[in-house]
Amino acid sequence: MAETNVAQSFTERRLGSAADLKLYQEELLAQKDPQQAEVIVCYGTGCLAAGAEQVEAALKEALDQAGLDTKVRPLIKTTGCRGFCSRGPLVVIQPEGLFYQKVKASDAEEIVQTTLVEGQPVERLLYQDPQSGEPIPREQDIPFYKKQHRLVLGRIGSVDPTDIRESIAAGAYQALAKVLTGMSPEDVVSEVEKSGLRGRGGAGFPTGRKWRGALKAIEKKGRPVYVVCNGDEGDPGAFMDCMIMEGDPHAVLEGMIIAAYALGSEQGYIYVRHEYPVAIKHLDLAMEQARSLGLLGDNILGSDFCFDLRINRGAGAFVCGESTALFTSIEGLAGEPRPKYVRSVEEGLWGRPTVLNNVESWANVPLIINNGADWFAGIGVPHSTGTKVFSLVGKVNNVGLVEVPMGTSLVEIIEEIGGGVPGGEPFKAVQTGGPSGGCIPYSLKDVPVDYDSLSKVGSMMGSGGMIVMDERDCVVDVARYFLRFLEEESCGKCIPCRLGLTRLREMLDDFSKGKGTEKDVEEIESLGEAIKDGSLCALGGSAPNPVLTTLQYFRDEYLAHINERRCPAGICKELISYQIDQEACTGCRTCARLCPQEAISGEKKKPHTIDQDKCIQCGICLESCNFGAVQVISPALVSQKSQEAAS
Amino acid sequence: MSTAPVEVDIDEIIERYPGKQEYLIFLLQDVQSAFRYIPPEALELICDHTGVPLSQAYSVATFYKSFSLKPKGEHQVKVCLGTACHLKGGERLVDDLERKLKVKAGETTADLLVTLETVNCLGCCALSPVVVVDDDYLAQATSGKLNKKLKSLAAQ
Repeated sequence: MAETNVAQSFTERRLGSAADLKLYQEELLAQKDPQQAEVIVCYGTGCLAAGAEQVEAALKEALDQAGLDTKVRPLIKTTGCRGFCSRGPLVVIQPEGLFYQKVKASDAEEIVQTTLVEGQPVERLLYQDPQSGEPIPREQDIPFYKKQHRLVLGRIGSVDPTDIRESIAAGAYQALAKVLTGMSPEDVVSEVEKSGLRGRGGAGFPTGRKWRGALKAIEKKGRPVYVVCNGDEGDPGAFMDCMIMEGDPHAVLEGMIIAAYALGSEQGYIYVRHEYPVAIKHLDLAMEQARSLGLLGDNILGSDFCFDLRINRGAGAFVCGESTALFTSIEGLAGEPRPKYVRSVEEGLWGRPTVLNNVESWANVPLIINNGADWFAGIGVPHSTGTKVFSLVGKVNNVGLVEVPMGTSLVEIIEEIGGGVPGGEPFKAVQTGGPSGGCIPYSLKDVPVDYDSLSKVGSMMGSGGMIVMDERDCVVDVARYFLRFLEEESCGKCIPCRLGLTRLREMLDDFSKGKGTEKDVEEIESLGEAIKDGSLCALGGSAPNPVLTTLQYFRDEYLAHINERRCPAGICKELISYQIDQEACTGCRTCARLCPQEAISGEKKKPHTIDQDKCIQCGICLESCNFGAVQVISPALVSQKSQEAAS
Repeated sequence: MSTAPVEVDIDEIIERYPGKQEYLIFLLQDVQSAFRYIPPEALELICDHTGVPLSQAYSVATFYKSFSLKPKGEHQVKVCLGTACHLKGGERLVDDLERKLKVKAGETTADLLVTLETVNCLGCCALSPVVVVDDDYLAQATSGKLNKKLKSLAAQ
């Protein structure tokens, strides 16, 4: 992001009161020229990986070359994730709100010339409506954004997260000011209680009740009390917390500072997964800038209230997302969970009362304080209020981050916002809740996405990963995938989790090879229940969910593996063969060159064939064929070698 | 990535933090990133500084996946095995790289050139399957793209 040393320029200024903050915001807004064009380059992980840095550099160069009058010189700004990751790199031109997608560095000159100099859109970079083919120039009119309700993600994509002034101009820390000037700690806690906010990390525990519990614990045990942010987002396929920390770190800080005020805490911790270096950098910078302005640290906004924060980087252990394991890790030990006979609000970090909330939960707090609990409770459905951010990934057209009111149906999210499955067929299942969640079949597509409805169908909200699967995804394979993940991540403390998961995975390994009986299916179910009952923490307690839900909804597919030695989706290696369609093959030799087994032969420009004796089902031919000529068949062809061996 | 590990001053790293148990993981992280692994002598120095018994520091260093007690390769090839990448063939890429590099995931080639690793989700699911070579993201990675990339590493 902008490499200016912003913090330095703040050393002169310290906000001495809430009124001073308001004044500062007005000053910052007054400095902005509403006529000035802004070229916003999305610096979300997806866009960066797709080349956003090169696009930004090219835009800068093109602007320099164009030699525009300095008075109206457009500003190039980089922001956090805009969410529409499958269309990246994204560039938005303000004030018009023109939305350019899949921008390349080579497009920079044309953008500058056509849009910034001549004031016309570059048609070919606009998003096209998939139905009508008509270009949609403005971001807010694109179906992907239109159906969303972006509150937590509200500032992300419009402010540069590395410059606190941008966030302050956009309203950051106003909730803190409100709390410090007119709300008692009791007011704050009851406001959060009234809002109905539930933990966004997965379990959905009411946030206000947690804070209330901590207040009670403090009455008994006194202070210190700690405020902790869980940014150890470990669910594969979920990245909303990462994007919030990267794109709007001040929202997280503000939420934590407000809680610290309500609880009388002087020290807080943010635990961030080590795979998120940019999030760590932005949080660090945000803390430094907030401190220098007097929004964090001693005498916040001129009051008696003092609170500071420290970042703890994770070190690569999924289980550390579990509350007690996270505390153990902050204390400097191996992150093994502890029994929770006493709740962590009473005995958390260093045995002290502790409030631990997830990143997205923290980011909701300033919204509740600013707009009131009633406003918040009016969004979503009873018992699941507010919005939820989901990462919509897998076999779906519009991959990205979406924020919708709680209670929006699965089908609305996947088909209306997500644009459905590529190819237009209905989705087969959607996996929610990560490794602790379950697979929900298409037949339950109308289920509202809220905590209670998802639990009812055997899955869970989890942190908000939503992985869409189509007919070419095998449920046995997906269940195996999650088991293998959890087997690796199990800390090993509880035997049912450590050994039970291995046994479950072994049985599914057998299924994927066509071995096993229907009796094994029953055994899986009973073992699954035993693991749930016999594990200390939520990792083990929910680990069998992916297997149990796929068995519940896709039993036939399991049975096809064991009874017919057939993988209907064509995924399980030992049950499939690859074969070349003689009509479709052009003899281009691409697959033959890449085949590690040299199993593909044929004359150039003539149809090729695969030697089944040599083939190891690596799938490289399928992936490399440009003509769709490689077919997957199941059950597997019987190779000559094994025929001979049998006879 | 190619910074020479020998130039790092271990004492300087140790002095960054107060000598308390809660800074053990911070110290291990800094040593890991400076040396690309945790040398045994560094582990002992950290224990002296923090007062943590060696057995406990060893337990921490082996519990977390980002720490390695063995030297890692000059280049890191990380295959994402997040759910989206898994569905789009991440596993296939691991198999392919294991064949090409003649190591298993988690291992380093004999010439210390490449360490092959798997990670669980890098948060860029739109580009799945993803392979990250050092800091370079290969979007919609294929066997063919990996061939090219590995060749360029060997040529460096």
